[in-house]
Amino acid sequence: MTRIEPPLALLAELTHRCPLRCPYCSNPLELSRARDELDTASWKRVLGEAAALGVLQVHFSGGEPLVRRDLAEIVRHATEVGLYGNLITSGINLDAGRLAELVEAGLEHVQLSFQDIDTASGDRIAGFAGAQEAKRRAARFVRDAGLPLTANAVVHRQNLDRLDKIIDMAVALGADRLEVAHVQYYGWALRNRAALLPSRDQLDAATAIVEGARSRLAGVMVIDYVVPDYYAHRPKACMGGWGQRFLNVTPAGRVLPCHAAETLPGLEFPSVHEANLAEIWYHSAAFERFRGTDWMPEPCRSCDRREIDWGGCRCQAYALTGDAVRTDPACALAPDHRLLAGAIQNSSAAAPDFVYRQYSAALRRSPEPISRPALE
Amino acid sequence: MSEAPRQSVGGNAVLRFAPHARFRFDEVRKAWVVLAPERLLLPDEQAVEILQLIDGGRSVDNVIDELVHRYEAPRDVIAGDVIKMLQDLVDKKVLR
Repeated sequence: MTRIEPPLALLAELTHRCPLRCPYCSNPLELSRARDELDTASWKRVLGEAAALGVLQVHFSGGEPLVRRDLAEIVRHATEVGLYGNLITSGINLDAGRLAELVEAGLEHVQLSFQDIDTASGDRIAGFAGAQEAKRRAARFVRDAGLPLTANAVVHRQNLDRLDKIIDMAVALGADRLEVAHVQYYGWALRNRAALLPSRDQLDAATAIVEGARSRLAGVMVIDYVVPDYYAHRPKACMGGWGQRFLNVTPAGRVLPCHAAETLPGLEFPSVHEANLAEIWYHSAAFERFRGTDWMPEPCRSCDRREIDWGGCRCQAYALTGDAVRTDPACALAPDHRLLAGAIQNSSAAAPDFVYRQYSAALRRSPEPISRPALE
Repeated sequence: MSEAPRQSVGGNAVLRFAPHARFRFDEVRKAWVVLAPERLLLPDEQAVEILQLIDGGRSVDNVIDELVHRYEAPRDVIAGDVIKMLQDLVDKKVLR
């Protein structure tokens, strides 16, 4: 194993509370309650430890980070310790006063989510009446405040046919950047996979639209494109490799190599209450578990892409096969690759209703892996 | 539409870092870094040397002249490399 590099970025999930109920939410099925959230002083300490460890950028996320009344105080501390601060928001609770407070605290950039282009569909996907209009307003506040704006559009079978209009909307809103992100299927999104997974034709059309828009809009708006790995031949290098570039702190203070890592069984993720970030990054068993290449099974172990893909995504491997150590089924070389073919065939059937994200007693148990027979 | 035309980098252009791009020395890595929205760049030694000359005062031609002087290298080779790198950073909205 080569030297462990310091992390580049921290995803600070300040809360799981959010006005929206998107059916592909990246938060876990078991959401943290407000009373379990880290307090202001703990977040400040964590940010100081992150900067000392070598973290350069912090992404304030959630849930909806604006529901934290101490957000500006936390952002100010990040600025003071030298971190570059990004806000990842639904925009629902954003107003000019709140934004001015954040700009004054040193916030550098806002990433604003959009579910679709129009009120009816945007509000339906977000599960919140008035969401689309609030987002348009929020985009204007960000532009008026002189902050760079990234629009984020999560795309799937129910909005992908309007991708060209989503791109036009982002340009019209004055976005510097548009992130077009296909849904990644864990947690809520896996539960809603049949309602979200696009067809191959939809995907090919979308990819062509992105390529056309990129050349047409060069120098005007940058388009980042996250492809769905269900249609890939090689897996994504999840998080740039486990424990190599990113760390995530959950609302309750657990430190994770990625936001979905708590779905994996048998791993004890350290809390910021028990250890500082440097100890956790360099020495915890959880960060060591899938770092580098020593843990890899075949065909990864002898693959010439093992230090490019890093074996793909551990959470996806577990969610689809029940075994976190297997090669990510997104890889065409994986013994479980046929599991994806089953899901893709089902995507041509009629889309079922969404299961919206919610706090629910019924869901307050560990998610179960989808067993192989269920996919065939 | 608030669409502005693409900014093309020529010899007369005077570039500066965009307001929310930060070019700074990282004490942990002992290396220069560029921080920008959704972008984190770790420039190599030569890129650092070019970026240190981007001060909102010098033109791109002046930057190239300075590097030709330092390296005693053919101007057209240096000019090609410099303009290519700067155009890329303008397109990424790190420089303007």
